[in-house]
Amino acid sequence: MTTSPPAAASPPTADPPPSSVPALEMRGITKRYPGVIANDHIDLDLRRGEIHALLGENGAGKTTLMNVLYGLATPDEGEILLDGKVVDIGGPSDAIARGISMVHQHFMLVPVLSVAENIVLGLETMANRVFLDLGEARRRIRDLAARFGFDIDPDAKVASLSVGQQQRVEILKALYREARILVLDEPTAVLTPQETEEIFVLLRRLAENGRSIVFISHKLYEVLEIADRITVIRRGRVVGERAPKETSEDELAELMVGREVQLTVDRGVSDPGAVTLEVDALRVTDDRGHPAVREVSLQVRAGEILGIAGVAGNGQDELVEAIVGLRSVAGGRVTLKGKDITGASPRHIHDSQVAYVPADRHRFGLILSFPITDNLVLNRYCDAPFARGIIRNDEAVLAEAKDNIAEYDIRTPSATAPVATLSGGNQQKLVVAREFDRDLALLVLDQPTRGLDVGSIEFIHRQVIAKRNAGTAVLLVSAELDEVLEMSDRISVMYRGELVATVDGRTADKNEVGLLMATGGKAKPDAEWTQPIDRGATT
Amino acid sequence: MSVAQPPDRSLSGRIRAAWGIVALPLLSILLALIVGALVMILSAPIAGKPVDLGLPLTAYGALFQGSVGNFDAIIGTLRTTAPLLLAGLGIGLGFKAGLFNIGAQGQFLIGGIASIAFAQLVHDMDPLIAIPFALLGGILGGALWAFIPGVLKATRGAHEVVTTIMMNYIALSTLSYLASGPLKLPLSPQPVTAGVGNAALPILLGRDGHLGILIAFLVVPLVWFLLYRTTRGFEIRAVGANPDAARYAGMKPRRLIILTMSIAGGLAGLAGAGNILGVNHQMSASFSTTVGFDAITVALLGRSNPVGIVFASLLLGAMRAGAPLMQIEAGVPVELVDVVQAIILLFLVANAVLRRFFRLRGVSANLGTTETMTATYGSEAIR
Repeated sequence: MTTSPPAAASPPTADPPPSSVPALEMRGITKRYPGVIANDHIDLDLRRGEIHALLGENGAGKTTLMNVLYGLATPDEGEILLDGKVVDIGGPSDAIARGISMVHQHFMLVPVLSVAENIVLGLETMANRVFLDLGEARRRIRDLAARFGFDIDPDAKVASLSVGQQQRVEILKALYREARILVLDEPTAVLTPQETEEIFVLLRRLAENGRSIVFISHKLYEVLEIADRITVIRRGRVVGERAPKETSEDELAELMVGREVQLTVDRGVSDPGAVTLEVDALRVTDDRGHPAVREVSLQVRAGEILGIAGVAGNGQDELVEAIVGLRSVAGGRVTLKGKDITGASPRHIHDSQVAYVPADRHRFGLILSFPITDNLVLNRYCDAPFARGIIRNDEAVLAEAKDNIAEYDIRTPSATAPVATLSGGNQQKLVVAREFDRDLALLVLDQPTRGLDVGSIEFIHRQVIAKRNAGTAVLLVSAELDEVLEMSDRISVMYRGELVATVDGRTADKNEVGLLMATGGKAKPDAEWTQPIDRGATT
Repeated sequence: MSVAQPPDRSLSGRIRAAWGIVALPLLSILLALIVGALVMILSAPIAGKPVDLGLPLTAYGALFQGSVGNFDAIIGTLRTTAPLLLAGLGIGLGFKAGLFNIGAQGQFLIGGIASIAFAQLVHDMDPLIAIPFALLGGILGGALWAFIPGVLKATRGAHEVVTTIMMNYIALSTLSYLASGPLKLPLSPQPVTAGVGNAALPILLGRDGHLGILIAFLVVPLVWFLLYRTTRGFEIRAVGANPDAARYAGMKPRRLIILTMSIAGGLAGLAGAGNILGVNHQMSASFSTTVGFDAITVALLGRSNPVGIVFASLLLGAMRAGAPLMQIEAGVPVELVDVVQAIILLFLVANAVLRRFFRLRGVSANLGTTETMTATYGSEAIR
């Protein structure tokens, strides 16, 4: 993002308006796209020092609303008031100049630069015409950090920071730009429970200091914990405003989805059969040749779900990619129903009744520019009836797509629309439809519900349970600890490339597993570990 | 940040969609003609001529006359179009697979010289045997020339932009060696190859409307069919759009890279063969052409779509064919065509500037072709 330095940014130090005037008011915001009303007369007000949560399903219009606020989209109707005055926000640099900052889910940081360099990027203080004055920036950053209780070294390289620390750099960046209104888009999506707690403490401190915060999240319990007020949006409209004290997760979910939602899918009783997948002392390296999976052994039986809990970036992706044939194996064995499939091709493994839902659906799971039809047969395009010899059979593909769209409730105006036009939840349903729509021996799920709303999560969880009950072995990897706890019959914790513990899914304790995720159950972290932290590439 | 839209099925929606596809190419052509006119007017004083504001009209009028003004002119346009069309199809196919093949020039030359070599083997046989055999030689020569960069990319991750440029130079040297050595016309004082004998393509239409023109246009539906109706074409497009997803889906990006490059080279080689067997009938060591580079503009202007490439090659072919008359009647050098063509290319590549300047909101964020030019992947493709 290019942000010209807000030269005209008169630091908002002038007389603070009376606190009865909201810091921000959005009135009757309406934004139409052809065939869709993304925002339909949305009213939102943000008091000074308030943490205001914005809840809604994927595609409900939260992002559009925030884009309007940030000047990235021009509303068709409605007005925006800052401190009681109507303003016209021309673009992101204008928004920043007016004290509005956005912390994106995907961090906008340059890994090879230092914390200070990242923070001043775009509004560098110059010592003279040629050279930067980083000393002054460092001083200001230290001041800010001290004032808000950050623990951060301005000279550390961003690449060496943990995800939680990187997020703090993003927030610090906003504060450095004199932000009075902070928009945080799913700030906890990539954090451990412990890191989430820390960020909450920080957010409360910011609010006490008079900063106003818009907090966007899918996680209902977090919203209840952190927010002063909660506004729920459904299909472009505000459908409710609640105070956390007077509502519940169930009510919020119902408001969001528009019907009663079962937040926890009843996983029922599993009836494990024979061993379907056996992984024996598997070793896998990452793209740079560093060890990512170290001597992992596991078994998944038919009709059971083995959950792999772990903070993203601890080798889970490499583990499943090696199992499904996308990554070469450095050592060890993978056996499917007694047959050695170590190093087999993705197609061979797919044809052996193995389905795989990848963590990054934009990178692996879908071709965004291709229509829904083609994506639904992406790995079956050369099988009957979708092709006769080398000639594709469009009628059969279209018929299959129409079936899948109906059965898996993929919301789309047409079966031939490009996948890029679907919301994240519907894109994921498409991947699930393609992978689940046949008899399976093994189902490998990597972050199957990342970034999805409660309605879509419920749907996908039900499908997974149904597959398990039909006798499929399920390997479920998720950085979402709650998901692993709710779904799994057994849970293994992955830490720095190893499985450090395996516990019973029904009796597992959240704090215990969370601690294992964070520390691996070891007193001292492992110095050799060099994995980059996964920043969650998909929304 | 653009929000993708669901397709609009109404008439106005369809017109909008069609406009979204053709707006940028049309605008680029129009702007390039305007810039060309400015160049004509402003360069007159340099040549010591008075400034003549009517010159562009005279020149473009002559260009039009010379390209489609009469039957012979139209045949001439088709004759210059045919090689551009074939090579453009090849380059467009590469774009679809995410490959930026700049080597059509070399593939064209090798296709030409290979067709001569094959033709000499069968020069006294029946044309029904000699012609297909010589054309096949051209296809194989071009395919081989592109196969090498394909293998280098698939096995070593060497970027095709670099390797195909190198292959262009090797092709020039190879041509010059063959034309002054093994294939040289005996006893000729010039380094020029012998003729093609019975492999010469028959004239079907007018003075010089040879069989190669027909062949070029017949290849269009074949390429279209390959891309959009076959599983292989689906794989090619998938690898181009998202190599990771293609691998996930069980496709083999390495093999597809080699295959696509070879087909693209074969098409450029066929272009060379058609031109040599239909027009030149021999090659000199210093044989020069701009077909291979013009074809890049053709593929971009046609947005890698076989049908679009037909129109783009006709436009560029017409400009090339009409340029001599423009020089005679308006005194504007034929090189003006190069200027216009280069500016078209510039505008196409700098499409973000055009989109912003003309407020073409919603006009094709899907200009995949130029994205291929600016973001082709190297070793990532073969992970």
